[in-house]
Amino acid sequence: MKKDRRGFLKLAGCAAAAGIGSSTAFHSLLRGEAKAAGLQRAGKDKEKADTRLGMAIDVNKFLENRGLAERCIRICHDIHNVPDFGNPKDEIKWLWNDKFENVFVKDTHYRQSERLLGMPVLTLCNHCDNPPCVRACPTKATFKKIDGVVGMDYHRCIGCRFCMAACPYGARSFNYRDPRGKDRNGRTFIRELNQEYPARTMGVVEKCNFCTERLAVGQLPACVEEARPYEAMFFGNLNDPNSEISRVLRDKFTILRRPSLGTYPSVFYII
Amino acid sequence: MYGSGRIIPALIIFVGLMTFPIWHNAGKAQQPPQIVLPTQYDECVRDPQFMRESHMVLLHEWRDDILRKSGPRSGVTPSGMRYERSLQKGCVTCHSNKETFCDECHNYTAVVPDCWACHLEPTKEAI
Repeated sequence: MKKDRRGFLKLAGCAAAAGIGSSTAFHSLLRGEAKAAGLQRAGKDKEKADTRLGMAIDVNKFLENRGLAERCIRICHDIHNVPDFGNPKDEIKWLWNDKFENVFVKDTHYRQSERLLGMPVLTLCNHCDNPPCVRACPTKATFKKIDGVVGMDYHRCIGCRFCMAACPYGARSFNYRDPRGKDRNGRTFIRELNQEYPARTMGVVEKCNFCTERLAVGQLPACVEEARPYEAMFFGNLNDPNSEISRVLRDKFTILRRPSLGTYPSVFYII
Repeated sequence: MYGSGRIIPALIIFVGLMTFPIWHNAGKAQQPPQIVLPTQYDECVRDPQFMRESHMVLLHEWRDDILRKSGPRSGVTPSGMRYERSLQKGCVTCHSNKETFCDECHNYTAVVPDCWACHLEPTKEAI
C-alpha cells in the first residue's frame, strides 16, 4: 500500500482527535478520580462521622514535669515492642521528643519567642483526617478507620516507603534492620518483648497506632494514661461535644502542626 | 539400532533411578503428622475439619475485621466458649507448643508461613 504525505497527515490527525476525545487518563483526572494533595479534603463527609479520635498535648506541662515525656515514650515503646537500634539513622519512633522549631515549621513566622527555640515537644502520628500516607500507600497497608485512627496492617506492607515520603511529620519509621535481632554486644534491640503485642520484621514501616488495641478494651492510650494525672495529655472523641478533649479544645488555645498542608491533624498542641 | 548395547541399559538404569521414590516406598504407609492437641478443651473455635483446612483463612478474616473495621476482638462458639480472635492472644493460649502443633503439619506439607517473624511464639513461661 502506498501512502502519500497528505493521506498520512489526515490519518494522524484523526487518530490524535480520537485519542484525545475518548475516555483517557486525562478525563479521569477531570472527574476528580485521582485527587491531588491539597486543602481539598478527601472525606469531607467525615465531619458527620460519630467518632473522630483526637489528642491534645500541653507542652508546658511536660516542661514542668521533667522526665514525664521520657516515661511516656518508654511505656509506649515497651508495650508495642518498638526496637532501639542505637543510632539515629535507623531509629524507630512511635512517640518522641523533638525541638519546637522542627515540630512547628517557621514558614513565614519571621520572629518567635526565644523560649520556644529548642523547647522539647512530644510528637507522634497526627492521625490526620486527610492522611497523605494513606493516599500514597500502593497496597492499602495503611488506612483510615471509621473512628479516625490511621491504622497499619504490617502484613500488607511491602516496604516501599512511599508513606514515609508522603508524611510531612516524619511520623513513620522503616525497619532497616531486623527488630528482633541483636547488636554486636549481644543486646537485643527490643528491650523486653511484650507477649501481648506482635513485633515487626525487617522491611516494614511502622508508626503509632493510637493504642488501638488498648482502646478496644476500654483503656486510654498508654502515653495519655501516664500523662493524664499531670493534665499534660488529653484524649477522646473530637465529635462528642461532652468529651474531655472537646472541653479542653474549647477552653484552651491550641495549634496544629503545619495546618497549611491540609492534612487536618487530630493531635492538638497547647503551647 | 546403533549403540543399542549402551543406550538400552542406560535407559533402564535411568528409569530405575527416576522411579526410585515410588518402588522404594511401595507398600509402606506414610505417617500422617501427629499433632498434640490441648487437653483442657474438647472443641476449637470451629469444627476440626474447617480448622484443618482453613485456619489461615480464619486468621486473615480476624485480622482484616479487627484491624480495618474495628471488629470484635473476641468471639463465642455455638457451645458458649469465649475466645480471643487473635493468633498471639487466642490460638496460642491453648495450642501452646509450636513444634508439636504448627510445625508438625507445616513441615509435612512443606508449607512455610511467616507468622512467627512478627508474632511472638508462645514461651515456656506463658504455658
